[in-house]
Amino acid sequence: MIIRGKVIKYGDDINTDVIFPGRYLAITEAEEMAKHAMEDLDPDFLKKVKERNILVAGKNFGCGSSREQAAICLKYAGVKAIVARSFARIFFRNAINQGIPIVESPKAIEFINDGDEIEIDLERGEIKNLSTGKTFSFKPLPAFIRDIINAGGLVESMKKRLSKS
Amino acid sequence: MGKTIAEKILARASNREDIEAGDIVEAEVDLAMSHDNAALVSKVFGEIGAEKVWDPSKIVIILDHRVPANTIKSAEGHKTIRQFVKEQGIENFHDIGEGICHQVLPEKGYVKPGMLIVGTDSHTTTHGAFGAFSTGIGATEMACVWATGKLWLKVPETIKIVINGKLKEMVMAKDVILHIIGEIGSDGANYKAIEFYGEVVDEISVASRMSISNQAMEAGAKVAIVPFDKKTEEFLKNRVKGKMEPVYADEDASYEDVLEFEVSDLEPQVACPHKVDNVKNIREVTGIPIDQAVLGSCTNGRLEDLAIAARILEGKKIQDRVRMIVIPASREVYIEAIRKGYIETFLKAGATIINPGCGPCLGAHQGVLASGERAISSTNRNFKGRMGSPDSEVYLASPATVAASALKGEIADPREVLK
Ligand code: SF4
Repeated sequence: MIIRGKVIKYGDDINTDVIFPGRYLAITEAEEMAKHAMEDLDPDFLKKVKERNILVAGKNFGCGSSREQAAICLKYAGVKAIVARSFARIFFRNAINQGIPIVESPKAIEFINDGDEIEIDLERGEIKNLSTGKTFSFKPLPAFIRDIINAGGLVESMKKRLSKS
Repeated sequence: MGKTIAEKILARASNREDIEAGDIVEAEVDLAMSHDNAALVSKVFGEIGAEKVWDPSKIVIILDHRVPANTIKSAEGHKTIRQFVKEQGIENFHDIGEGICHQVLPEKGYVKPGMLIVGTDSHTTTHGAFGAFSTGIGATEMACVWATGKLWLKVPETIKIVINGKLKEMVMAKDVILHIIGEIGSDGANYKAIEFYGEVVDEISVASRMSISNQAMEAGAKVAIVPFDKKTEEFLKNRVKGKMEPVYADEDASYEDVLEFEVSDLEPQVACPHKVDNVKNIREVTGIPIDQAVLGSCTNGRLEDLAIAARILEGKKIQDRVRMIVIPASREVYIEAIRKGYIETFLKAGATIINPGCGPCLGAHQGVLASGERAISSTNRNFKGRMGSPDSEVYLASPATVAASALKGEIADPREVLK
């Protein structure tokens, strides 16, 4: 899978409470969730994400709660991929399960600026920064995880699995 | 090569002889817990085309987050769950009022050492206090667990944390774990298992160990295990059914790191806004005025937590400008606290008691903060907006520090107010 887009960049320790505040947890529709994405971190996020749909962040992105709404709201707000120095473990799983391509790369934060256009090759493990011309590599996710992402998330991949058995 | 507790439990759960950190296994889950978010799980369960849950006796649902329902939306969610458990024959269902899932799960005898437990809540690490491999997962994954009983897991590296020394009066397990998080950082144990050892760990109560395993999640830990011993056995023996099969690490188990802490000189600790690893010694923050003091949650709403707070508040009045909210962690804790007179002490001191559950911990109801307000709280997270307005502040501290601060109207050292 190859993803191309412009970047919104944030810092370290972006937690699930600012990605999706607890006061909205009773919401069950994904489109509704999307309206509150990043509300407590960046009030302009929903405007920005219309133009720029790849998130780049520092370490420990998605730390905190197990709330899958944090991944769902980003997906439905239009985020096409997330690149971070590191992810908190439950968010990491939730993002994969929602079919959001995620990349763990310590270099990303140094080589990518807010607003840059980048291209990510998930299979080869390569990011091209089209704005600066620099290319760098990351360790691709295991094949079975890429399969979940390619299927569009765990629901889709599970549907296939259940209908086969 | 010797094995860690995490490696041994995952090997057993995945029917594999020899696994080690870094391997990815498909494991069979022993217990699957959800709370109010079971509404979302059941929705996804339908979407994946599943009809019957794999084993109703291994699923536990405990309503605790927004109880009694605070909005029509929450009420609809609860209604969906009540219908679902009926249809699926899930008998391990605890409706509103029983308490916080992480307290109710061991109280009702669901937790045993050596188990693989998953829960749709990040603080599912709490049950590591009973020697279980217990971790949080998302709602979609849980729907798949409900359908198949299976889940992929990466076998984590283990960090061994040894806590030695003797805690001073009014210094609690909460202070110890906040101190550790302050030292190793909010991602200091990300993806990792922790095994806790040492004099302090042996000495403290089961409740205090739960507090440590719970709060350790805020360092990113996947599981936070206290090896099973006499104390845990004592707590569980009249509650669980069947045999207990504890799992211990081998002498020569390989740890990614061994961290030692000597805590004899440790003072009460406070995690300042807006990060749990922003931890300071109490004397650096005393005197900061507060509007609200929260005593409760899955971290510190147990009997010993209420006991120490009651000792501080006995016969006294909290400051007029402070709202103190007390939330016993479960019905069982609540009843005991009534028997021991703590609840009366709190009420006479001017506190408000609310029903067992999560209360204002997640900022949904029962004491949310307005902009510009500041709370001191025995809960486990102080993220921006966690307890209400994004312009409010949460300081995390032990139950003793929370009670002392309510009394003075500002962050206070519990050792001072008892003098
Ligand atoms: S008390 Fe707070 S941290 Fe614990 S389960 Fe409830 S909302 Fe989560």
